[in-house]
Amino acid sequence: MDFFYVLIFLGFSAVMVLGGLGLSRLVAPHHPGGAKNDAYECGEKTIGTSWIQFNVGFYLFGLMFLVFDVEAAFLYPWAVVLREFGTTGLIEAGVFGAMLMVGLLYAWRKGALEWV
Amino acid sequence: MAWQVKTIAQRTGELLPGSPWTAALYVLLTILAVTAFVTVAGLVLIYAERKIAAHFQCRVGPMRVGWHGVLQSIADAIKLLMKEDVVPRDADALLHILAPVLSFAGMLLVMIALPMSPSLQVADMNIGVLYVTAVSGLGVLGILLGGWSSNNKWSLLGAMRAGAQIISYEVSATLALLVVVVFAGTLQLSGIIQSQDTGWWIWRAHGCGLVAFAIFMIAGTAEINRTPFDLAEGESELTAGFHTEYSGLRFSFFFLSEFLNMFVLAAMASTLFFGGWMPLHVGPSGVGGHFAAFNGVMDLLPPGLWFTLKTTAIIFLLMWFRWTFPRLRVDQLMRLEWKILLPIGFVNLFVSAACVVTGFYFFAR
Repeated sequence: MDFFYVLIFLGFSAVMVLGGLGLSRLVAPHHPGGAKNDAYECGEKTIGTSWIQFNVGFYLFGLMFLVFDVEAAFLYPWAVVLREFGTTGLIEAGVFGAMLMVGLLYAWRKGALEWV
Repeated sequence: MAWQVKTIAQRTGELLPGSPWTAALYVLLTILAVTAFVTVAGLVLIYAERKIAAHFQCRVGPMRVGWHGVLQSIADAIKLLMKEDVVPRDADALLHILAPVLSFAGMLLVMIALPMSPSLQVADMNIGVLYVTAVSGLGVLGILLGGWSSNNKWSLLGAMRAGAQIISYEVSATLALLVVVVFAGTLQLSGIIQSQDTGWWIWRAHGCGLVAFAIFMIAGTAEINRTPFDLAEGESELTAGFHTEYSGLRFSFFFLSEFLNMFVLAAMASTLFFGGWMPLHVGPSGVGGHFAAFNGVMDLLPPGLWFTLKTTAIIFLLMWFRWTFPRLRVDQLMRLEWKILLPIGFVNLFVSAACVVTGFYFFAR
């Protein structure tokens, strides 16, 4: 039943937002057109589209996030059963974590963590 | 004293075989109740933020609508409903409308997993902590989509900054969550609360709980884009960031989910580190516990009230942050996460794992 409620509320959140917007459409004025529908840039005319190539720095941080988030996904089950594994589990996860820390140090030395 | 947890999902499951229509009615009532809670909590939080901000700055804040301005939020909500919904000519119309839906869904889906009292929790998954981190990720998608689909440079910059910031701080927040999971030995939110029957993790785990709480609060503030981490909006540099091109009710759904995310963060912090609805206990409550009488006195307050008090205190702390710290620069933000919080979080996790393995914490099982 838990995930049944998740499904219901996933659908309901869409219904609530779209329903609210529909209600707003009924009571609010709606006169599109003219300068109102331009992209807002503090009164300046926009130059070109905004769908352009972007700073590669975001991609580097995306990669770093991926590495550490997958690591966290591995650590979740480990954290739950740590009591049963005892010292063995601690040492094995320690080796795993140490390897990741070496990776972080490498990225650090290479300057991947600097925002430019 | 044993706590009997019974969720709304369980009750629906019990009703289902006997009378499916009663169960359907029950589901409908739950939806209505959650809607009412979300709306009222949002209005109250916005009013509280304005009033608290005003008093921090020696102003009085909203005073005109109702007694001390208590109806101000309702007036604002009606005003937003009556405003024209402007969509820019060059925007991607479909994604522009999908963005607030995703943002709202990310908040609402976490909301149903929050344990507010032993009998007031919609769904209690056995993978609760993992579920919460997973679905709260929908909010990032909403912000990125909203910024990109607007076809506006301010929006795009704000959204990209928010994306980089939220995914970075997600790592530290997860490491801080894992500290509690290691101590509690379960991912279920009600199970984590029950594991704090002999004391809250913030003090039972020696320093580890405190460090994890500090990291969780910093990372959480960054994840919900609040000052000092509000670079996604940065009104003095990016007009309004990712929601520059949003108006009327479309904007208000972003606004509402932003404020309710604050509630969600505070509720998660109180659940993990302050025992959620669990009263302040020191040691076992039964026969032989040295503080059994103290625990008995603490049990006089109902669990729901404990949850409310803890969550309210943490929400006040978040509002206090906003008027205390200046906004960080992007490079400072990234340095704080990757070079300070992440190594500390890692070391803290393994120190707490060592504490669990050796049984070195208060009232170890």
